[in-house]
Amino acid sequence: MATKTKVWLLKTVIHLAALIPLVYTYYLAIIDQLGGDPVEAILHFTGIGALNILLLSLLISPLAKRFKQAYILQTRRLVGLYAFAYALFHILSFLFFEVQFNWQLFVDEIIQRPYITVGMLAFTVLLLLAVTSVSALKRKMGKRWQQLHNWVYPAAILAAVHFYWSVKSELIEPSIYLVMVAVLLALRADKFKRWFR
Amino acid sequence: MLIKFKSSDHIGENQVTDESVYHNRRDMLKKMGFVGTGALMAATTPSRAASLSLFGGDQAQGAVNPNLKALDFSAEKSAQALGQVQTPELKATTHNNFYEFGTQKNQPSELAQNFKVNPWQLKISGHVENELTLDYDDLFNKFALQERIYRLRCVEAWSMVIPWIGFPLAELIKLAKPTSDAKYVAFKTLYDPEQMPGQASRRIGGGIKYPYIEGLRLDEAMNDLTLMSVGMYGKALPNQNGAPVRLVVPWKYGFKSIKSIVSIELTKRRPKTTWNILAPNEYGFYANVNPDVSHPRWSQASERRITTGGLFARNRIETLPFNGYGEQVAHLYKGMNLRKNY
Repeated sequence: MATKTKVWLLKTVIHLAALIPLVYTYYLAIIDQLGGDPVEAILHFTGIGALNILLLSLLISPLAKRFKQAYILQTRRLVGLYAFAYALFHILSFLFFEVQFNWQLFVDEIIQRPYITVGMLAFTVLLLLAVTSVSALKRKMGKRWQQLHNWVYPAAILAAVHFYWSVKSELIEPSIYLVMVAVLLALRADKFKRWFR
Repeated sequence: MLIKFKSSDHIGENQVTDESVYHNRRDMLKKMGFVGTGALMAATTPSRAASLSLFGGDQAQGAVNPNLKALDFSAEKSAQALGQVQTPELKATTHNNFYEFGTQKNQPSELAQNFKVNPWQLKISGHVENELTLDYDDLFNKFALQERIYRLRCVEAWSMVIPWIGFPLAELIKLAKPTSDAKYVAFKTLYDPEQMPGQASRRIGGGIKYPYIEGLRLDEAMNDLTLMSVGMYGKALPNQNGAPVRLVVPWKYGFKSIKSIVSIELTKRRPKTTWNILAPNEYGFYANVNPDVSHPRWSQASERRITTGGLFARNRIETLPFNGYGEQVAHLYKGMNLRKNY
């Protein structure tokens, strides 16, 4: 199979895997079929979804290296953009459905609640990366583009901390996420060492 | 929308959908060819299929949990109905914090299905003259059951309006005759890891210390609002809501209203309570609903009232001091600093 076809197929799978659950879950929430509190369910779904996809995007280059399949690197931007899209839905749902356009409450919560502040920082990074992801800008920015996009690593840490900090007592699942982030960063140990040499 | 109340513990029953409406609705769905959709829902969310609500949630709520026994009780006076929208039974019985059966809201309604509540023993002990043990039948027969339609405000900033059935805790305590040493009341949930997966596994139960313990000051326990509930929506309690007997303290955050109680002990000292042990800076002993004292991680000034309407429901309302029951209970805390004693 030509590389082009493989990339096209993989991208199609990514689109479907990201969009079908998103549309279906929002549909259930809108018709009030997503449990007792559709708002909480949507916030959890989009939040954990964004984190999952972000970690997946960080898995792509180690996988490409390990299995010598360079073509899958071409899907990395798409996966990253879906991580951003889920995070965007997460925040918009918080504004629209949780605080329901009470802007004062929205701003207060972001500033006063450290776990939300941390989540917002992660989102800000993803926003910058999404905006600068267009090819023309990438060329224009040159070396600074890579410097900016290295911020995905702190963003992954912040997102996992946001999750850990948000739960009431059930710490096992968020702890697993922190470990997964640590592993994904450890796979890049060589790269980080070079930075600090 | 801010809803104001006159005498705030009375909310009408006018929002309960009649059973016949519910059955007609299913017929209507069939006639209109929506069976396929219903079956699709059933495949993914079996417990929710019963309320398929394509025609706006208000019509689609009705008799859930048909296997629970119907109770005899004196109904809440609907004359004092003040336009409060009652939470649909299906939501109040599928959105539960009952970590013994899992930390996710939908888990208790699934994992508590086979929980055995009969036989049951509820022991009243401690500083009392007359130790008592109530068995399963006593819970339903020893006291005249009454309906109380209360607001339930969760510490997580959502709320419901639920028609409970039960008897005032004060009646039970009077029967046990507390001695002068009795200052507090400590409640304990059943400890049975074989039946309660959350107690057997930290992963399922969120790693809180079991058995769950809650407590009240004796005067709080004796207040007429404080209810020992054995039923809701006209029937016995579903397991996930704390069968066979639970506490309902409507002016406090929901975690005070302990479920599936096996022990009530009158004590001299303030009991150590579960959430307070786990995170004392977040969950106080008193846990009175208070819009002025934020949870460290979120505001308590407003809440989302869970009724119907799905994602687009405009349901954020202001939270009232003592959850709107100040008239009945504010005097209990006269002279106390409620910021310190949160």
